Amino acid sequence: MSTIALDRGARHGLTLAWRGVLKIRKNPEQLADVTIAPIILLVMFTYLFGGALAGNTDAYLQTLVPGVLVMNILQASMTAGVQLNTDVSKGVFDRFRAMPIARSAPLVGAVLADVVRYVVCVAVLLLVATVMGYRVQTGPVELLVACGLAILFGLCFCWAAVFIGMLLKTPQAVQGIMIVLIMPLTFGSNVFVGTETMPGWLRAWADVSPVSLLSDALRGLMNGGAIAGPLAGSLVWMAAAVAVFFPLATWAYRKRV
Amino acid sequence: MSVAIRAHGLVKHYGETKALDGVDLEVPEGKVVGVLGPNGAGKTTAVRVLATLLRPDAGHATVHGHDVVKNPRAVRSLIGLTGQYASVDEDLSGTENLVLLARLLDHSRAGARARAAELLERFELTDAAGRAAKTYSGGMRRRLDLAASLVGNPSVLYLDEPTTGLDPHARNEVWAVVRRLVADGVTVLLTTQYLEEADQLADTITVFDHGRVVAEGRPDELKRRIGSQTLQVRPTSARDLDAVQRILADLTGNAPMRNDDTGLLTAPVDDPVLLSTLVRKLDDAGITADELALRLPSLDEVFLALTGKRSEADKQTEGSVA
Repeated sequence: MSTIALDRGARHGLTLAWRGVLKIRKNPEQLADVTIAPIILLVMFTYLFGGALAGNTDAYLQTLVPGVLVMNILQASMTAGVQLNTDVSKGVFDRFRAMPIARSAPLVGAVLADVVRYVVCVAVLLLVATVMGYRVQTGPVELLVACGLAILFGLCFCWAAVFIGMLLKTPQAVQGIMIVLIMPLTFGSNVFVGTETMPGWLRAWADVSPVSLLSDALRGLMNGGAIAGPLAGSLVWMAAAVAVFFPLATWAYRKRV
Repeated sequence: MSVAIRAHGLVKHYGETKALDGVDLEVPEGKVVGVLGPNGAGKTTAVRVLATLLRPDAGHATVHGHDVVKNPRAVRSLIGLTGQYASVDEDLSGTENLVLLARLLDHSRAGARARAAELLERFELTDAAGRAAKTYSGGMRRRLDLAASLVGNPSVLYLDEPTTGLDPHARNEVWAVVRRLVADGVTVLLTTQYLEEADQLADTITVFDHGRVVAEGRPDELKRRIGSQTLQVRPTSARDLDAVQRILADLTGNAPMRNDDTGLLTAPVDDPVLLSTLVRKLDDAGITADELALRLPSLDEVFLALTGKRSEADKQTEGSVA
């Protein structure tokens, strides 16, 4: 592919990302799942269970916030599948495909628009957490790296969502499958409670799950503590997710559109 | 005259179903070809293949000489697509929808806005330009759809059932738009379930049934190909219906169709001279008629004769009468 073609492809991808951002702006309620839902979770877990789990709510909030951030990003990354599916079933994609633009442009656009969702969800969560009393113990650079990692995590795992979104017929079916997949992935981790009291089989998984590892890495970056181990582990997961789901997603996308 | 769209032996299977079963199609440049057929006849599948959205299992098709499978990009730069399955983004406003498409077609920011404004003006959507498309009426949406397919100044336009679901007023608006486009020299491939629509807009009509072309020709040619003309009589007094029915049966050798609600008798005839014979016979019997005509069969009658089925539109009319 020549540079000019690459340049055009990127421009078309950006144009379609602009469409995605416009749609978010028109329907801010679309962001409820990545803004309001985690806030409820954060408030509920902190004030209901925080005292029992960590002795006091402030200590619990410190370990909870990085974990909920990961959970939140994972959830946000799943919406790419639902939205792509909606576009395909409504016929909006047919119009794009009948135009002389790169076939991948709508996919690139959808994923790029998702980054905006990730940024919004990180910002809202950190704001609410700060109001509730959460304080970053390290520095702004570490915080930025943490946020960047979380967004990268979303970008890696969104290919699983694209894959499922292209395989299933309706947006509702995609939404249903996503919830079934996300629930065990996020709760079967160290986001809400330590893994020590879990039964052996669950602990074996929860200790190495991508959500746990990235949560630990973010805790290290935001609260201080070990970073290298969990960071290496989460990078391996991210690379694996891209290696497996990117080819599957593009295959399913080409088959569908 | 050069050919804009040429398809030969198109086949497309969906499992056991043959959506297209060897379709040949030719659309001369600047003409309107109407593809007429009931639901599931393969009309939309044909459009999708010709618009590069679907690969045919067999056969090939070209648009202005560019193969739809081998050179889809060249085809895409020539075509516009509107219809059942190509849609506008309901969340975006009319302007935003058109600006988005213009930007994708490499217009500059200012150029895109200008093009959008020009199209909105042309389709009388300027007042609604800033509103989300989901607030538009059915007719406005369809006009925005049409505008969207014209952003790139296509020389070939596919209209897939452009008026399905529209009220008569909105349908007339869409028809007026299509006529203007044709006057500008755009080649149009139109699919429709409405015989009247094909008759109104198309230079030639291709009739699809079960993925095959069952007939094609100019509207009047198609009507003539059925062979006979139709003799239509409405006696002034309903009491004379029986007598006129007997006279018609004697004359044509066919049992006439009788509609007691409208007081109308119709019978297929092969010899136009029968009209004057009928006039004499009615005169002899002292019967006067409000309506007495020899006409070509309607497209509904053509469709029934060609495919052995009533058309969808006809069935709907019947349903609403009953």
